[in-house]
Amino acid sequence: MTDMMTILAQTTDTAEALRQTDPSMMTQMVLILLAAAFTENILLTRFLGMCPFLAVSRNLRSATGMGLAVVFVTTGTVFLNSLLYYKVLVPIQAAGVPIPAESLKLILFIVIIAAFVQFMEMLIERISLKLYVALGIFLPLITVNCAILGASLFMVNKDLTNAESLVYGFGAGLGWCIAIILMAGIREKLKKAKIPAGLEGPGITLIITGIMALTFIIFQGMIQT
Amino acid sequence: MPPANSNQAELSPGRAAIAQLWHENPIFRQVLGICSALAVTNRMFNTLLMCGGLIWATTMSSLTVSLLRNYTPQRVRIMVSVLIIAVYVIVVDITMRAFFPDIHRDIAAYVGLIITNCIVLGRLEAFASKNPTLPSVADGFGAGLGYSFVLMLVAVVRELLGFGTLFGFDLGGFTGWWTGNNYQWVIMIMPPGAFFVLAVVVWVMRGYALRKEAAAEGGK
Repeated sequence: MTDMMTILAQTTDTAEALRQTDPSMMTQMVLILLAAAFTENILLTRFLGMCPFLAVSRNLRSATGMGLAVVFVTTGTVFLNSLLYYKVLVPIQAAGVPIPAESLKLILFIVIIAAFVQFMEMLIERISLKLYVALGIFLPLITVNCAILGASLFMVNKDLTNAESLVYGFGAGLGWCIAIILMAGIREKLKKAKIPAGLEGPGITLIITGIMALTFIIFQGMIQT
Repeated sequence: MPPANSNQAELSPGRAAIAQLWHENPIFRQVLGICSALAVTNRMFNTLLMCGGLIWATTMSSLTVSLLRNYTPQRVRIMVSVLIIAVYVIVVDITMRAFFPDIHRDIAAYVGLIITNCIVLGRLEAFASKNPTLPSVADGFGAGLGYSFVLMLVAVVRELLGFGTLFGFDLGGFTGWWTGNNYQWVIMIMPPGAFFVLAVVVWVMRGYALRKEAAAEGGK
C-alpha cells in the first residue's frame, strides 16, 4: 500500500521537488517543460482533453491542426490566468476584501479562456488567413477542451510563478499535441485492421491510449533528482 | 457535442431519463465526459462524490437553462450555459471542501472540470435549451445517472483489483490474500489501468447493445 502511495505522490509533486533541489533558473525551466510534456502528460496521466482526443484523432492532418491549436491556447491562457490569479485575485484577498478567490477562479478562468479563444480567432483571421484556415474549425472546439481549463487549475495547485506557468502551459499543450499526433498515426494504420464490432471506435482507442500511457510511465524515472 | 435527436421533443420525462440511462448513455454510446471517468475511479468513495456532484450539476443546470430558454439570446447561449454550470459547480466545490476536505484535495481539479464536462454542456445544448422544464430536468438527471452507473462499474473493478478493498473496507480474507506477499496490482490504480478497464467496460456494453439491436432488426 505504501509503495503505491509513494508512486502516486511522486507523479504529482515533480515541479515542487524540482524547485527545491535545483537552484539554476534555466535548468529549472527546462525541467518544468519536460515534466509537463512527458512525465505528467496532461492527457495520458491526467486524462484531460479525452473527448477531442477521441473525436479528432482519426486522421493525421486534423490531429496536427488540433494539437497546434491546443499548444497555442494553453500557453496563452495558463499565463493569463496565472497573472490574473497571482497579480489580481490573491492581492485583493490579501488586502482584506472578502472575495472567495478559490471559488471565483473557476468562473474567471473559463471566461478568460472563452474570451482568449474568441479574440485569437479574430486576430488570426486578420493577420494570417492561411493559419486561420488551418486552425479555423479547431479554435471554437477548444473552449470545451478540458485540458485547457485543467492546465490552469493544475497551475494553481502547483503554486507556479508567472514565468514558470508560461513554460508549464506550453509544456502541457505540447504533451497533448504529441499524444494526439501519435494516436492519429496509429489510427491511420488501424483502418486496415479487423476489430470486433463492439470494440471499434472508442474501445480500441482507449486500449491503445492505455498502452501509450504505459510507455510514458518510463519517463517518470528520468526527471528525478 | 452529441447530435441533436429529432424525436426527443415528444419524450415524456420518464422516457427522457431512461433514454439517457441506456440507449443514449453518455459514456459508452456518445463517448462524452471520459476525462473524469478515468481520473476519479481508483477509489469508489471518490467516484461516488464525483457522481453526486455531476448529477447535481446536470440536473440543476438543465432546470435553469430550460427555465431561461425563452429569454436567452441565441448568440450568447453557450456562454450563459457555461456560467450557469459554473455556479452549480462552485456549490459542489464548496460543499465538498467543507465536508470531505481530504478527498477534496485529491479531486479538486476534476470537480472544477465539471464545468467543461461535455456531458453537461451537451445535454444543455441538445435538450434543455429547447424543451419544457420537467422533461429537461429528467433528461439531465438521467444523463448524470447514466454516467454514474458506468463510473461506479469502472471504480468497483479498479479498487477491487488495485487495493483489494471496496469503499475502503477491508474484505477480510480476500484483501489479505490479494495484497499478501507484497504483491499489488499497481497498474490498476495508475493511469493505464483506467484506460484498460474503461475500454473493456465500453466494449462489453457496446457489444451487448449492438447484438440486441441486430436481434431486434432481425425480428422485424
